[in-house]
Amino acid sequence: MNADFTEEDLAFQDEARSFLDSEFPAEYRAKIDASKRLSKEEIVNWQKILYKKGWAAPSWPVEHGGTGWSQIQKHIFETEMGLIGAPEPVPFGMKMVAPIIMAYGSEEQKVRFLPDILESNVWWCQGYSEPNSGSDLASLKTAAVRDGDHFVVNGAKTWNTYGQYADWIFCLVRTDNTVKKQEGISFLLIDMKSPGITLKPIYLIDGQPEVNEVFFDDVRVPADNLIGEENKGWTYAKVLLTHERTNIAGVPRGKRRLRALKRIAGETDDGFGNSMMDNQGFRNKLASIEIELQALEYAELRTLASISTGKAPGPESSILKIVGTELAQRIDKTFVELAGYHCLPYVPEQFEDGFQGTPLGPGNSAAAALTYFNNRKASIYGGSNEIQRNIICKAVLGL
Amino acid sequence: MDFSYSEIQQMLQDSVQKFVQKSYDFKTRSKIIESDDGYSKENWQLFAELGWLAVPFTEEDGGLGGSAVDLIVMMEEFGKANLVEPFIATAVLSGGLISELGNGERKSELLEHLVTGKLQLACAYAEMGSRFNLAKVGTTATVQGDKVLINGKKIAVLNGSNADQLLVVARESGEDIDVDGISIFLVDAASEGLVINSFTNIDGKKSSEIVLENVSVPASSRLGDAGSALSALQKIIDRATVSVSAEAVGAMELLLQKTVEYSKTRKQFGTSIGTFQALQHRMADMFIECQLARSIVVMAAMRLDSAESDLEKTKAVSAAKSRVGEAIRKVGQESIQIHGGIGMTDELDVGHLFKRVTALDIMFGNADYHTERFASL
Repeated sequence: MNADFTEEDLAFQDEARSFLDSEFPAEYRAKIDASKRLSKEEIVNWQKILYKKGWAAPSWPVEHGGTGWSQIQKHIFETEMGLIGAPEPVPFGMKMVAPIIMAYGSEEQKVRFLPDILESNVWWCQGYSEPNSGSDLASLKTAAVRDGDHFVVNGAKTWNTYGQYADWIFCLVRTDNTVKKQEGISFLLIDMKSPGITLKPIYLIDGQPEVNEVFFDDVRVPADNLIGEENKGWTYAKVLLTHERTNIAGVPRGKRRLRALKRIAGETDDGFGNSMMDNQGFRNKLASIEIELQALEYAELRTLASISTGKAPGPESSILKIVGTELAQRIDKTFVELAGYHCLPYVPEQFEDGFQGTPLGPGNSAAAALTYFNNRKASIYGGSNEIQRNIICKAVLGL
Repeated sequence: MDFSYSEIQQMLQDSVQKFVQKSYDFKTRSKIIESDDGYSKENWQLFAELGWLAVPFTEEDGGLGGSAVDLIVMMEEFGKANLVEPFIATAVLSGGLISELGNGERKSELLEHLVTGKLQLACAYAEMGSRFNLAKVGTTATVQGDKVLINGKKIAVLNGSNADQLLVVARESGEDIDVDGISIFLVDAASEGLVINSFTNIDGKKSSEIVLENVSVPASSRLGDAGSALSALQKIIDRATVSVSAEAVGAMELLLQKTVEYSKTRKQFGTSIGTFQALQHRMADMFIECQLARSIVVMAAMRLDSAESDLEKTKAVSAAKSRVGEAIRKVGQESIQIHGGIGMTDELDVGHLFKRVTALDIMFGNADYHTERFASL
């Protein structure tokens, strides 16, 4: 039993580290360290830098432009990215729709869509959830009715992340009302410029329009944009849900944020002449976060080792999702505790480009509450943590 | 990277499982606890024959290699068995100290007797006011010519009643919690001035409180150099800490398994209680706790076997014990809760596993202690 990397993996780690060191733009890193969001252009630019290196799509097969890395190498790359805060690829194209196109799309669809995803020429968004279909996704109602060589789509999708940037949307739509709810769903690709689509931003509790509602009003979609067979969409989407769950634990990001917590705690006065790092209660809190990160890291490595021997990622990914998101939220909360009064001012614009005023509070303390609010989403999206517990009960405990 | 078991680890796991299946059911265990010795000599001899007693030791010391990972594989099975035989006291703690501090013929003789099952040992380190601080030693050792006089009181001495020899931690110089001045002496259990008051612990293991009043031992019974035993003691206690953490992982997994099984068979309101989501999610959380506990114990054992610094090893041990302690409280308490009234009864093994893990949480420092120790390193 050992958790060692091979010589080859260590050499790869060096290569990844030095590439990221020199190629991840310093101004992006500074923005991320200052709790600012990267713009669409910056995210795309970073993706294109990765593309030029041939590293844009580690999870793709080589024939489509993937890297051919082993599971361990993918893990190493994700770890190195996370440690410096470099953003992962926007998942909707690269990790969500592309694998479905590869597995169930026609040759024409592969040629038409995959290269633009790989090169980050086209931004994708996800059309799954609806106002009345959350955890019970299969109850979705957005209808696609066949009309000659088109589908006519009517309905509404919601929680559509970064839809304002998107060129295309992949949707689950209802194509048959007469059968069991899972059996009447199809997987459709829709051009966001199609007449009849309107986007309404949803402002979240951190003040950002990160998600949208998307309305479809008699939107005509060429039947060529159907993936696979009609009414098989649920099956395709389900396969995806167990797919691509590596790095879901977020250990490197957690480590990076723990380092920041320790640094800021050392610089924060406890009001009694010492720093917060001298406060035993607060230090124990940081210690227990660090311990949880280690437990999570080894849970992830055990999963990784098991996937490397060819086993399919099973319900372990549910554990990683639950523990990873809950730990990230614990870290968010600890930043809030550390910031004290400094996280009270609600001035989100100071974290946006072009802000001219004087930043409030030391360091990024004014961002602590906003991050805490925003990241409550983590235990809700991607199958809420309650749904993940249902999966564990069913798949592992046989309940 | 490879988390699979080696051949020897698989063999150990199989042999403990076979033993438990054949000769260590709940009733047999209860009878052993009620017996005068509080452990089975027959079993102990079998452990020796199966090579289990040699697992903690290097080949140089006549053992099977002494890897911490081998040890945790076996300890996990001991945890599932809820074993009361004094493996930790004799082999891991006392044997470990002899291996660390002993030398020459005496060392090889003691270890040979230990691994062949002829010798029972106990380690007397804790005191009334020491809590989990190993440096807090009030028991004194005073040199008088070629003799040493030991005075003091020890508590929580696992296997004290059955030990042929006791390893007594005593202070030769310094005060209160000084790290220097601490020695370990090998004391014959039949020595004059030694009063051993024995009892059974909450988890069925035999333990003792020991009073030493002018107990005279030859100066040669000191293990290692005078006044410098603390670091060896710390190292061995760390090893024992990972061992009991693994024991707890085994016991918790059995608790989870038994709780899930029970929830599938127990019917209320016309359906099995395992269909209630209020209970399902608690069992999912128990599963997560078990997985995290297992992961961090594996991490700590691998760290102990690695070439990392002593500091890194100590940190890993405290991380593991802290996290396992947290898991113990959650898994232990939920097992009883989900079983309901039957979980409260002495006749069901679930309550006994709960008591075992509760004891293991306390052994060598509870979760809070190890979190604070981790934070201070």
